[in-house]
Amino acid sequence: MDLSSINPILLLASLMVAATPILLAAIGELIVERAGVLNLGVEGMMITGAVCGFVVAVSTGSPWLGFIGAAIGGAFLALLFGILTQYLLSNQVATGLALTLFGLGLSALIGQGYIGIKAPSFPDWHIPLLGDIPIIGPIVFQHDPMVYVGLILVAATWWFLHKTQGGLVLRAVGENHDAAHALGYKVTRIRILAIMFGGACAGLGGAYLSLVRVPQWTEGMTAGAGWIALAIVVFAGWKPWRLLLGAYLFGGMTVLQLNLQAAGLAIPVEYLSMSPYIATIVVLVIMSAGRAPRSLGRIFHASR
Amino acid sequence: MITLEKRAGPSKAWALATPLVAVALTMFVGGILFAALGKNPFETIRTIFLDPLFSEFAWFYRPQLLIKGAPLVLIAIGLSFGFRAGVWNIGAEGQYIMGAICGAAVGLAFHPMESRLIFPLMVLAGAFGGWAWAMIPGVLRVKFGTNEILVSLMLVYVAEQLLASMALGAMRNPEGMGFPGSRNLAQYPSAANLELIKDSGMHWGVVAALIAVIFAYVTLSRHIFGFQVRLAGQSPRAANFAGVNPAGMILICLGISGALAGLAGLFEVAGPAGQISIDFNVGYGFTAIIVAFLGRLHPIGILLAGGLMALTYIGGEIAQSNLGLPGAAIQLLQGMLLFFLLAVDMLTNYRIKFGKGGTV
Repeated sequence: MDLSSINPILLLASLMVAATPILLAAIGELIVERAGVLNLGVEGMMITGAVCGFVVAVSTGSPWLGFIGAAIGGAFLALLFGILTQYLLSNQVATGLALTLFGLGLSALIGQGYIGIKAPSFPDWHIPLLGDIPIIGPIVFQHDPMVYVGLILVAATWWFLHKTQGGLVLRAVGENHDAAHALGYKVTRIRILAIMFGGACAGLGGAYLSLVRVPQWTEGMTAGAGWIALAIVVFAGWKPWRLLLGAYLFGGMTVLQLNLQAAGLAIPVEYLSMSPYIATIVVLVIMSAGRAPRSLGRIFHASR
Repeated sequence: MITLEKRAGPSKAWALATPLVAVALTMFVGGILFAALGKNPFETIRTIFLDPLFSEFAWFYRPQLLIKGAPLVLIAIGLSFGFRAGVWNIGAEGQYIMGAICGAAVGLAFHPMESRLIFPLMVLAGAFGGWAWAMIPGVLRVKFGTNEILVSLMLVYVAEQLLASMALGAMRNPEGMGFPGSRNLAQYPSAANLELIKDSGMHWGVVAALIAVIFAYVTLSRHIFGFQVRLAGQSPRAANFAGVNPAGMILICLGISGALAGLAGLFEVAGPAGQISIDFNVGYGFTAIIVAFLGRLHPIGILLAGGLMALTYIGGEIAQSNLGLPGAAIQLLQGMLLFFLLAVDMLTNYRIKFGKGGTV
C-alpha cells in the first residue's frame, strides 16, 4: 500500500464535490421537514432528477438546461407525493416509499437509450484571485458552479427560515399545523410548495451525480444517496448550517475510502465500499439529539 | 367544491374494494403507458396478468408463480406486524440477504457430508441471520432512539457489499475455476431445498409461507399479542395504558420480520437460486412492502397480493421476451400499483362530499 499517493489537497477538494449531491438533496428535504412533512422519497426524486437532467443535457448539449430539467422532473415527482399526502391524506411513510420505488422504475424506463453515453462537459470555474491562493484556492475556489449553488442554497435557506416572514410561517406550519390553520395560514398550500422545492433540490442533487460526478447515466446510480441525505437532515437537527457539516463528513468518508481503494489498502474493496453506510449509522446513533418539528409526519385535515 | 368528511370508523366495504380499484386503475394507466411505448395495450395487459395462468404454456409458468410468490408472502407477513404497530422495517432486502448468507454458510461448511440434520440446521441459521440483522436497527432504536427506517435501509447496502465479498471471497466455489459464486446447493442433496412434488414449484419456502399466513392470522385475530400490535398502531397512548411495552413491541416486530425475511433468503438460496452470487437478491424485500400494503396488512390479503405481484413478475418476463417490453416498465407498474392504492385508500377513512363545503 502506498499512502503517499494520496494528495491531501486533492482529497479535500474532491470532498467538496462528493458532498454536493447529498447537500443539495438534504437542503430540500430540510425545508420539507421544517414544514412538517416527512418525504421518504428523496432517493426516487434524486434518481428521476439524475435521468431527466442527463436526457435534457445530452439532447440540448447544455448542462445548465440539464440542471433545470432535473429540478422540474424532481419537483413534478414531488408534486405527486404532495397530492397524495396533502389532498388524499395518505400515510407519508408509505407514500414516500412508494415514490422511491416508482422513481427507480420511471428513471430506468426513461434512461433506457442513454446508457453508455457521456454527458456534455461542465467545466470547473477558476475563480480569479481567490482561486490563486495557495492550498485554499484549489480546495475551495476551483470547482464547478453547482458546488457554489449548493453553498448559496444553504445560506439562503438559513436566511429564509430565520429572517423572513415566509420562513416563520413555514416553521409555524411545521410545529403546529392546527394553530397555523387557526391563524389563517394555508397549511396545505404551503406544504405543497415546500414539497415541490424539496423535489427540485433532490433533482438537482441527482443531476449533479449524472452530469458532473460520474458523469454518465446508469440504472440505480444514486445508490442510497437520497437515504443518506435523509439521515443527514436528522444528524443536523434540522438546522441548515449543521447540514453542511454532515454532508462534508459523509463526502470525506466517501472520498477517503475511494482513495484507500486506489492506494491498494489490504482491506477488500467491498468492506471499504460499505464504510459510508456504516458511518451514517454511527453518526445517526451519536447525533439523534435534535428536536424534530412537532407536526412532522402527521396528517393535516382541516375539520370544521 | 369537493370536501372530505372523516368517517366515524373505517368503511369495511371500501377496505375490501380499494385494492381492486387500485389494480384496475393500474391496468388502465399501465395500458396508456404501454401504448405510449408503442405496444398494443390490450395484448400487453393480457400477457402480464392472464398468460401466466391461462395460456398454452401456463403449465410452465404456474410453478413459477409459487416460486416467486413464496418469498414475497413470507417477507410481507413479517413486515405487516411492524407496519401495523408503526415500526417501519424497510430493510427486509438486507435481512433476506443475510439469511441466505448465514444459511448457505452452514450448508457449505458441512459439504460434502450427507445428513438429514443439515437442512434443518440451515433453516435455523437463515432465520437467525435475518433476525440478527433486524436486531441492529431494533436495538439502536430502543437504546438510542435512532430512526429504524434509515438504519434498516443503510444495512441493505452493507448486506449487498457483504454478499459481493462472500461470492468473490470466503464462499467462492473452490472448484469453480475462479468464477464468482458459491457451490451450487441445489446439487448437494442434504442442503437442497428441492421441489416436494415434481414440477409443481412447491418447495419448503412455499410451505413456510403458508404456515406463516395461518400463524399470522391466528395471532392477529385470537392472541393477545395480535391485539397489542393493532392497539399500538391505532393508538399508542391507549396501548401504553393497556400495559404494552413499546420497546418490546419494536424488538418483537423487527425480530419477526427479520427472521421471516431471513427464512425467505435461505429457501431461495438453497432452492431456486442455488448459490450465493453477486446478483442473488432481486428486490423481493422492497416488492414485499408493496405486497404488505396491497394486502391491507391482513394475512389473507397478503397471500392474494403476493400471488398478484408474482404474476406481474412472471407476466413481465413473458412480455419482455415476447413483446419486447422493457423490464423497467414492470418495475414502474409495481410502483404505480402502490401509488394508486394509497390514493384510493382515502375512501376507507373519509367520505367525499360534493356541493358547498361550508366554512372549512
